[in-house]
Amino acid sequence: MKRVALYLAALGFTVFAGFPFYWMLITAFKRNSDLYVGASVTSHIPWIFNEPPTLEHVKLLLGQTDFPRWVLNTLLVVVAVVVITVAVAVPAGYSLARLAGRWGERLGMGIFFTYLIPPTLLFVPFARLVSLLGLQDSLGALILIYPTMTIPFCTWLVMGFLRSVPWEIEEQAMIDGYSRLGVILRVAPRLIVPGILTVVVFTFTLVLQEFVYALTFISSVGRMTVSLGVPIALVRGDVYHWGALMAAALFTSIPLAIVYNAFMDRFIHGFTMGAVKG
Amino acid sequence: MTGRRTLADREDVLGAAMLAPALAYVTVLVGVPFVFAIVLSFSDATAGSLHFGWAGLRNYAAILGDPIFLRALRNSAVVTVGSQVLVVILATAAAQVFRATFRGKRFARFVLLLPWAVPVSLAAIAWTWIFDSTFSVINWTLKAAGLLHGWLYWLGDPALALFAIIIVQAWRIFPFATLIVLAGLASIPQEIVEAAIVDGAGFWRRLFRIELPLLLPIFAVAVLFGVVYTATDLGVVYILTGGGPANTTHVLPTLAFQRGILGADLGQGAAIAVFLLPFLIVVAVAMLRLARRAEVGAR
Repeated sequence: MKRVALYLAALGFTVFAGFPFYWMLITAFKRNSDLYVGASVTSHIPWIFNEPPTLEHVKLLLGQTDFPRWVLNTLLVVVAVVVITVAVAVPAGYSLARLAGRWGERLGMGIFFTYLIPPTLLFVPFARLVSLLGLQDSLGALILIYPTMTIPFCTWLVMGFLRSVPWEIEEQAMIDGYSRLGVILRVAPRLIVPGILTVVVFTFTLVLQEFVYALTFISSVGRMTVSLGVPIALVRGDVYHWGALMAAALFTSIPLAIVYNAFMDRFIHGFTMGAVKG
Repeated sequence: MTGRRTLADREDVLGAAMLAPALAYVTVLVGVPFVFAIVLSFSDATAGSLHFGWAGLRNYAAILGDPIFLRALRNSAVVTVGSQVLVVILATAAAQVFRATFRGKRFARFVLLLPWAVPVSLAAIAWTWIFDSTFSVINWTLKAAGLLHGWLYWLGDPALALFAIIIVQAWRIFPFATLIVLAGLASIPQEIVEAAIVDGAGFWRRLFRIELPLLLPIFAVAVLFGVVYTATDLGVVYILTGGGPANTTHVLPTLAFQRGILGADLGQGAAIAVFLLPFLIVVAVAMLRLARRAEVGAR
């Protein structure tokens, strides 16, 4: 009896969470004649394929839209933002964890708090800044602005990660004659690799998900990222190509879901560090 | 040579040098724009020109006399509170389910994470299709089950649209809250739970008397992040309704975007966005308190 209730509850949550993705999947591969039947026709069941599935929407998406280009744009921004974030946040996290002493904790908290300042508060001043720099409608604007979101969180992640790495290895290296700087340059990088991996993954997911800044700064269809182009530019006039739209949403969600499944616990650890430590 | 060696061994110098780029980036590109956002709200700046004139409280007077703004402010509060209440209920229940072992748990957990992993804008477009006025699968299902006799225009009716927005926000955030609560459950010492079982406490008694009180700090973290993510989110409302029908479903971010960016009135856009600050200040103060309590508790 208890087991039945458990399975029913698990099923309920899974269906609620997964339903829009099932809907993406079925829409992406349905023929138009199967797709566009009004919901008032109760004899036509929309939950299943009433006609054989088709690849026509996928072909449309990959062959006749700017989707492939948006994927390239997104990857370009990801690489640039990852480089900036790793170069800035990893040394900062190391500094806060190992070198800053007592004020490191406070400063780390302060940097983390800037992560809470939302894009929707900053997009107005950024609009001014971006046009002053002549970066409007360019991927450069995104590459400049996205690290404002990744650096605070990643500094915090690296700091937390290093707290869990024993200090003895670095201490031993210093006893062996390395200078403090030598330890940082030669020994520490090897220790931080898993932390850096988390930083890269977090940055990747954030860039793929970001919508507000992209919407504010990018207006040309050819310069859009996936999360902007799909909902904004795949809609032609008043015509929604729902099959292609859902295929695009599905293809973007799959890699993110896989990455999240592997890394979620580390992100959660970052979010809850303040409340469960000790 | 010895001078270089000492520099390479001075922790304060190295620490400052390694921290400087991050501090500079955050100060110049978050701190300064943050102050500038507030300054802009007192100005008559527009997107088209570089002119910058002092407008005093004129922007605030204008929006406070504007029924569309007042409605957006109310909508922001309703959506944030409504979705977070749902999130707390769903996350409490889901955490109880996912701490148990059952067949297919790995797959269920993978699916549970999907709403949190998918980009907001793509989830919102999928929900737009689900709520479509002609093809809504929800309407079909209700009709086929004999529960619906008229028709539901999900995104065309102000009250239904707001309800739809709350559902989507709760759907998006409850998996994240569930994982946070699960992390908290795992950190409750097993002895406490076992002692309660020995004392004869049943499931509900354990849940409400032991686990939920112990989990209060971690629940607070989940809700605080949830509040930030919901109150400041632009994508869901922008894509689902665009603030319509007839400007009835705007929230603060979408209205700030419409006035400040699309309407090019930076001053008024900034003034609208400033009304997000109370949400954020409450969250920041609460987080600081929690962190301090955790610090004291850890010692």
